[in-house]
Amino acid sequence: MLIFISCIILFLIGLYAVVAKRNLLKIAIGFCIMEYAVNMLFALIGFKSGAIDPVITKVDMPHNFVDPLPQALVLTAIVIGVGTTALFLSFIVRIYEKFKTLDVSEIKKLKG
Amino acid sequence: MGGMSLIVRRITEIVCGFIFMYGLYIILHGHLTPGGGFAGGVIIAGSLILRVLAFGSGTESERMLSKRIPKLMSVGLLIFWGAAFTGLLMAGIFFLNAPIFGLGTPFHLLSAGLIPICNIGIGINVAAGLFSIFLAFAAVKYFMEE
Amino acid sequence: MIFLPLLIALPLFSAFVIPLLSKLWKPFAPVIGNITTFVLFIFSLYGIAAIQGFPMLVYKFGNWPPPIGIIFSFDAFSAFMVFVISIIVFSGALFATKYLNHYTGQWKFWTLYMLLTTGLMGISVTGDLFNMFVWIEISAIASYALVSFGIEAEELEASLKYMVMGEIAGMTLLLAIALIYAKTSTLNLADIALSFQTIQYSKFYWSILALLLFAFSVKAALVPFHFWLPDAHPAAPAPISSLLSGVFIKVLGVYTSARFIFNIFGLTRENAPFFFNILVGIGLLSIVYAGITALSQKDYKRLLGFSTISQVGYIMLGLGIGNFYGIAGAVLYILAHGISKALLFLTSGSVVYVTGERNIEKLGGLGESMPTTAWSFRFGALSLIGLPPLIGFFAKFLIALGAIKQGFLWLAIVAIGFSGVTLGYLLKIENNVYLKKNGVEAKEAPFLMRVAMVFLVILLLVLGIGYKPLMDFVIQPATDALLRGTEYINLILGGI
Repeated sequence: MLIFISCIILFLIGLYAVVAKRNLLKIAIGFCIMEYAVNMLFALIGFKSGAIDPVITKVDMPHNFVDPLPQALVLTAIVIGVGTTALFLSFIVRIYEKFKTLDVSEIKKLKG
Repeated sequence: MGGMSLIVRRITEIVCGFIFMYGLYIILHGHLTPGGGFAGGVIIAGSLILRVLAFGSGTESERMLSKRIPKLMSVGLLIFWGAAFTGLLMAGIFFLNAPIFGLGTPFHLLSAGLIPICNIGIGINVAAGLFSIFLAFAAVKYFMEE
Repeated sequence: MIFLPLLIALPLFSAFVIPLLSKLWKPFAPVIGNITTFVLFIFSLYGIAAIQGFPMLVYKFGNWPPPIGIIFSFDAFSAFMVFVISIIVFSGALFATKYLNHYTGQWKFWTLYMLLTTGLMGISVTGDLFNMFVWIEISAIASYALVSFGIEAEELEASLKYMVMGEIAGMTLLLAIALIYAKTSTLNLADIALSFQTIQYSKFYWSILALLLFAFSVKAALVPFHFWLPDAHPAAPAPISSLLSGVFIKVLGVYTSARFIFNIFGLTRENAPFFFNILVGIGLLSIVYAGITALSQKDYKRLLGFSTISQVGYIMLGLGIGNFYGIAGAVLYILAHGISKALLFLTSGSVVYVTGERNIEKLGGLGESMPTTAWSFRFGALSLIGLPPLIGFFAKFLIALGAIKQGFLWLAIVAIGFSGVTLGYLLKIENNVYLKKNGVEAKEAPFLMRVAMVFLVILLLVLGIGYKPLMDFVIQPATDALLRGTEYINLILGGI
């Protein structure tokens, strides 16, 4: 239980970075922390002590595997995370070209 | 982005091909061992990225590759889509593991129906995609230094 | 049932094949984009016909049975959402064919457009929780890129804001999925609903609902979390604005939350009146705040963005009222607002295409030089306000009727009264852009753009006049699908 709660605390640290930090790169890092916190939570949900990795290499093997589904989900979530992080970083690069700054509080050409 | 010293270049020349081969191995054995299209594709992209880091961006071979990358991604995705669509054509079930080549004997390289083909498609797409992400950022750095 | 996988397989194929072939023949991307969206429109009509008389169609991917494999569960509400999506995607594609002459790299636009379509279709038919998350992320990432398609400074800033909010919502959704999986050890929506019946009204149940509703209301831009929308939707190219405002926020925010509240969590007005009052409150806040803010806007598209927030408030209000009329009104409102707001954004695109100006105070006199655009705007606006022969009237009428039947007479009065505010801000555009005489030089928009607008106007009229069959064949089954509640479980898991 403690381990689940620590994952959620890590998630909140990431959320804090996204909401409170002004530097765009730090916001991107905050997103990565949030994502990894959830991925770790997934991996821990599937964990069973004393179980083996879920790869069948012989016909009759013992079937005490860890839950393989969260691992597949984490892999998918990582792929999505790579996509969003790359897109976010490319926005940062473009914004730096246009505004010559990474400070969020100075990026306000839109009214309101 | 400029290249690196002679030692790094020589080592890269030796190592790069082996990393590429290892990526291919991971992709082709995706249905037997841990790994598969995504992991193997990342390794292949890593070998290409290593080359660019050692020899600098803007070389002729890199320019040739970067022109073909969107097409390579499309080809990979279309292979995967085609493998999924085969099931729809054969039995009306999308993503059916249709045994058009037979299912083969378990735990051998030629087995598991269409899954190796899916892995190859994913591998091509991931390798091309990750390498193009790297190239995009490498090109930006080049632009900013000027 | 073979059309169900084709709903996602076709746009995916187009998205994959466009980068390969558009270099060989330049108009390839718009041609295949238009063909795909037209075929999807036909499929959506077929879907509505196929669902008549069946409560649920289940399509098993790879022939794996439901709790193990990924399924598509297609009921009347899904059929309805697919119908709305395909209308707006089709008209947007027609419009974009000419509109994109301003931009470079058109094939990138069409690839992203097809991915966005795939994602929206996937969300509305999937029966698997993680699958739903993947579709949400696909469509969301495509929309972030499309909002910043012009890569001007303002567009990048809007897209950045949008992406930060959207990703916070996405990560919260992923956290909720992890917690649900930890508790129930399943990802099938029906199976999750089955597990939730044993822990109903526990602390865990409510906290998961809170996480999910936070994520979905950020995506739907309900008032406390709305501030990204008036920046993001106007920054996009006009066909994308019409797609995002018309259908995107409804699929990602309203469809998903309605599905979870009614079918997965099994809540109804009777067993959780407090929760439904919160929904009414959120809806009312959105209507009032965004409606009043819209009155002071000077930018054509930004005004329409605020109007969208206000109108989505009506949908949440209808869901929150929670009896048959309220929900039917909300469902019909999704269709009515989708078509009319898409139409209004297309008219804004046509004005921007011709004059290159979005500030309504600098425009004027376009009513004579652009008659088709002006009349399309008038029809869309009248439907949004709720004038009888048009479809918007029936939606507002049903919501008001639901409120009265539930004993909220004041709510009906506020809802109808705020039509006046809607009239106010739309008249501001009408006066400044189309009526006022300070001749801005302009000629009518190109043929295909006019076709897209006239198509939507005809739909507004036809659906409004054919209200009775629309109600019988589309809206009522969709409402029943929501009101069926947790019987959803037996329809999916019972057949095996």
